[in-house]
Amino acid sequence: MTPTLQLFLVVSATLFSIGLLAALSRRHAIFILIGIELMLAAANLNFIAFWRFGPQPQPPTGVMIAIFSIAIAAAEAVVGLAMVIAVYRHYRTTNVDQLDQLKG
Amino acid sequence: MNSAAFVVIAILTLAAALAAASLPKLIHAALSFAVAFIGIAAFFFLLGAEFVGLVQVFVYVGAVAVLIVFTILLTRRDVQDTGKPNRGGAIIAIAVFGGLLWAILKTSALSIAAPQIEALTVKRIGGVLMTDYVWPLQCVGVLLTAALIGALILVMEDRNEG
Amino acid sequence: MSGSLDQIFIRIKQLLLAPVAGAPDWLMQITSALINIFALLGIFLTLFALISVLERKILGRMQNRYGPNRVGPFGLFQPVADGIKMLIKEDIVPARADKVVHFLAPILIAATAILALGVIPYGRNMTPFSIDGGILFFFAVGSTTELAVFMAGWGSNNKFSMLGAMRAIAQMISYELPLIITTFPVVMVVGALSPDAIVAAQNGYWFGVVPHWFVTTPWGAAAFILFFVSGLVESNRTPFDVPEGESEIVAGHMTEYSGFKYATFFMAEYIGMFAISGLAVTLFLGGWHAPIRGLEFIPSYVWFFVKLSILLFIYIWARGTLPRTRIDQIMNFAWKFMLPMAFTCIIAAAVWHYAGRGVAGWFWSLAVLGVVYIALSILLDTRKKFATRTYRFAE
Repeated sequence: MTPTLQLFLVVSATLFSIGLLAALSRRHAIFILIGIELMLAAANLNFIAFWRFGPQPQPPTGVMIAIFSIAIAAAEAVVGLAMVIAVYRHYRTTNVDQLDQLKG
Repeated sequence: MNSAAFVVIAILTLAAALAAASLPKLIHAALSFAVAFIGIAAFFFLLGAEFVGLVQVFVYVGAVAVLIVFTILLTRRDVQDTGKPNRGGAIIAIAVFGGLLWAILKTSALSIAAPQIEALTVKRIGGVLMTDYVWPLQCVGVLLTAALIGALILVMEDRNEG
Repeated sequence: MSGSLDQIFIRIKQLLLAPVAGAPDWLMQITSALINIFALLGIFLTLFALISVLERKILGRMQNRYGPNRVGPFGLFQPVADGIKMLIKEDIVPARADKVVHFLAPILIAATAILALGVIPYGRNMTPFSIDGGILFFFAVGSTTELAVFMAGWGSNNKFSMLGAMRAIAQMISYELPLIITTFPVVMVVGALSPDAIVAAQNGYWFGVVPHWFVTTPWGAAAFILFFVSGLVESNRTPFDVPEGESEIVAGHMTEYSGFKYATFFMAEYIGMFAISGLAVTLFLGGWHAPIRGLEFIPSYVWFFVKLSILLFIYIWARGTLPRTRIDQIMNFAWKFMLPMAFTCIIAAAVWHYAGRGVAGWFWSLAVLGVVYIALSILLDTRKKFATRTYRFAE
């Protein structure tokens, strides 16, 4: 049984929903970031799988999108974590349920 | 493509991702997050995109995971995520998973085997980056610089003001 | 005759693979990979044992004393005694340490160090795992070391360990940038990320005498020096061993480890040293090529190990000679000096290439490097300007 495209897509859908679970059901800000990164990685896996199984020969568009997506995800993780640190310094908590006021 | 390798990597990645989403202690979750990303990089290797797999290990495990553990260290009061898990979140995640699974299994055009492919060399990726994708490359450079400066400003402590 | 001596290890491996010749493809691949792995492990663990005693003897000689000379001829069986001692020591784990993380940290750090050894070409056709993006693999695996260091510091539940781990990670991350950027000129000039292609591009001789190694060009020499210094820092060796300075922070992130786990950390540090020296030989010193046309009959792996040994001797020499630098001096050096010089090496390599790769190119790239170096020396001058001293006496 060689892995078909469906199998790869099922794996990436599972990863996506696990990331969604982490992002929606945890209260710590860093857990939410972990969930978001998992979702982005699942989407990357989708792109590469479709590139691989697509009609050949084709330009490496899927690979390029995945490379750029990894770079952008890294930038977003950096800024997100910087915000978590800044919020912690101000409010002494990372529990997103307690960050519900706009007043500083 | 090797199906035994696929099964092993799939089990490893999904188990690590599940651990990252559900372990109570943050450090264990962050470390399983790193293992999950190594698993995804192994998937990329299996799919023939070795450069992306190496970039993934480099960026995610070497940089993002280290950032996450540093942030856990600097925000030390809540290393455990206490409190009851959010039932609504779990239901939404399972619903999304069900919807995606139904869509994938319904589309019969997706049950194809892997065609033969010429190996994607780093030289070809470099060539494509510099010709077709040169503007996105410059934009990503500007974006990373902006993110770097922004993150520094966010965490820089206020020097003596007044 | 020289050809067959050169390829003798390839012949041995083919002999070993002959019994499984009829087996399916995946079995042959796995057997071949396993033979490579065992050969690599055997050679480098023996080298590690040898270096651990040779280092102590060389350091001793530099300090005007003998090193260990009791166990075996000239003390060369000392690693056996050390190994037995490490194995029979009691393995103490702190009561409130995080057991899983504490256990996995030395394993991960040793695993990443040994993985990095797999892409270096040790001789003609003798790269264990030839990947198209070999240099990227090396650095990707090397950057995972930081996570393992953090795990060691965190898992010990000890403030000294945590502080040592933070210092070690700060140092390693800062110096990863010059380490990687100094490989860019080489990759640019060769046009490939594969170590085999990089070694093959250093073939031949200029004017029949000077070998084509990248260290003979000005940008290559500057990049080699920067790469070597960054390698010193990455392996936490003196003069940059703040994370393990015994007089400051006990043993840094390795404080709470005893017995075999400590030996694993020690081994990982040395194997990291081997890996970085191996990569420096591959990138700048011509890999397994001979330096003079007349000496090409000596097998390629002998040349690789000779060059590797010279670099390791320089590592040990630096340890015996230089004092430890402060952590803020280390950081300043990385960000203010090494990073601009590394970028200049890229520009100098481009200048060398476009000025024709000949004597004119040599002089122009040397000029670029010289201008930036002098500018940096003037800008970063840290000699304090003292005011004239005033004396006040009791009246």
